Amino acid sequence: MAVNVIKPGLSTTVQDLGRPGYYHIGIPLSGAMDRLAAKAANWLVGNKEGAAVLEAVFMGPELKFTEEATVAVTGAELPPKVDGEVRDTWTSFKVKKGQTLSFDFLKKGARAYIAISGGIDVPVVLGSRSTYALGALGGFTGRKLEAGDKLPVGKGRAVKEGRSVPEKLRRGPGQPAELRMIPGLYWHRITEAAGKQFLADTWKVANEADRIGYRFKGGKPLEFVAREQPFGAGSDPSNIVDACYPYGSIQIPSGTEPIVLHRDAVSGGGYFMVGAVISADMDLIGQMQPNTPARFVEVTMAQALKARKDRAKLIEKIKAGL
Amino acid sequence: MAQLLSPLPGTFYRKPSPDKPSYKEDGDSVAKGDVIGLIEVMKSFNEVKAESDGKITFMAENEEPVMAGQPLAEIV
Repeated sequence: MAVNVIKPGLSTTVQDLGRPGYYHIGIPLSGAMDRLAAKAANWLVGNKEGAAVLEAVFMGPELKFTEEATVAVTGAELPPKVDGEVRDTWTSFKVKKGQTLSFDFLKKGARAYIAISGGIDVPVVLGSRSTYALGALGGFTGRKLEAGDKLPVGKGRAVKEGRSVPEKLRRGPGQPAELRMIPGLYWHRITEAAGKQFLADTWKVANEADRIGYRFKGGKPLEFVAREQPFGAGSDPSNIVDACYPYGSIQIPSGTEPIVLHRDAVSGGGYFMVGAVISADMDLIGQMQPNTPARFVEVTMAQALKARKDRAKLIEKIKAGL
Repeated sequence: MAQLLSPLPGTFYRKPSPDKPSYKEDGDSVAKGDVIGLIEVMKSFNEVKAESDGKITFMAENEEPVMAGQPLAEIV
């Protein structure tokens, strides 16, 4: 079966849980920016958690179904409509042959995950169906959706409509969002006062926030510890000799606007990183709109691992309830 | 009377570029499909078009941060 794209939305891409294993040769993880939401959407429609879904940012697409399917929309509050009639988010519903799925204005969050029973059946590239648009790799011919595309959908198994994730298990960022981070190898490059300032400031998501990285602005510029730049590092005090950029790492070019690297990040470069956002909080970033206030909260490795475990438990709880 | 709502969160611009005049001024006549401003988000600028004919009154300022669904203008 196929789903026809009438309107693509702002930037709608095919994503699954990603393409780990190639970051060292420059191919990023890709995959859903809010992994919990993508998994939940799949479970709601009877798919395996790693089936390919659509990730729609800020604005939903308009899709015409050529066969009946079960659909669920999770993540952002982007109300789905079937032939104009509103359906609940985080809840499975049927779309009949010939019906159109469209979306109302975004109410909360940033990215909605649209799972269709059977999963989006684009070819697997390097172990994943995820789109890495910068590299024109994976997904629907390596790019975001466009009007006129015919999306192939696999054969689903029959599931009931009206299956729902309880509201208390749906997690989004607070106001301000608190992003837990562990200071990293280059923390010593900024002064003690600058480190305190970085953690004390309330930052705001800038307009330059996408699948590659999230930029934050509005905090005070950071002061660097003076040094003679080593051979191979650029002249700006925020430059280092090129290093690997971990997923979640926080680089601050020129000490002014932090950038948290996300699923489609470049894998290395010459900016120092103050640390990395813990894995348990990366989903939250995917749901942050421009101008969302955010703070960075320092945690230890033990706290980060505990948070990861808690997150895994929450995901298990969602799965067990469906 | 119809409110024109922002389709996206981002920054609203009433001009095509900083050194150009605004697309429309308060009280101007607009036709359905006319560009009345831009929303900047994720390194891209997205045109906002009038959805009806009439006289326009803006409800959001140039360079104002806006949310999806926020009224940008009224067209009467």
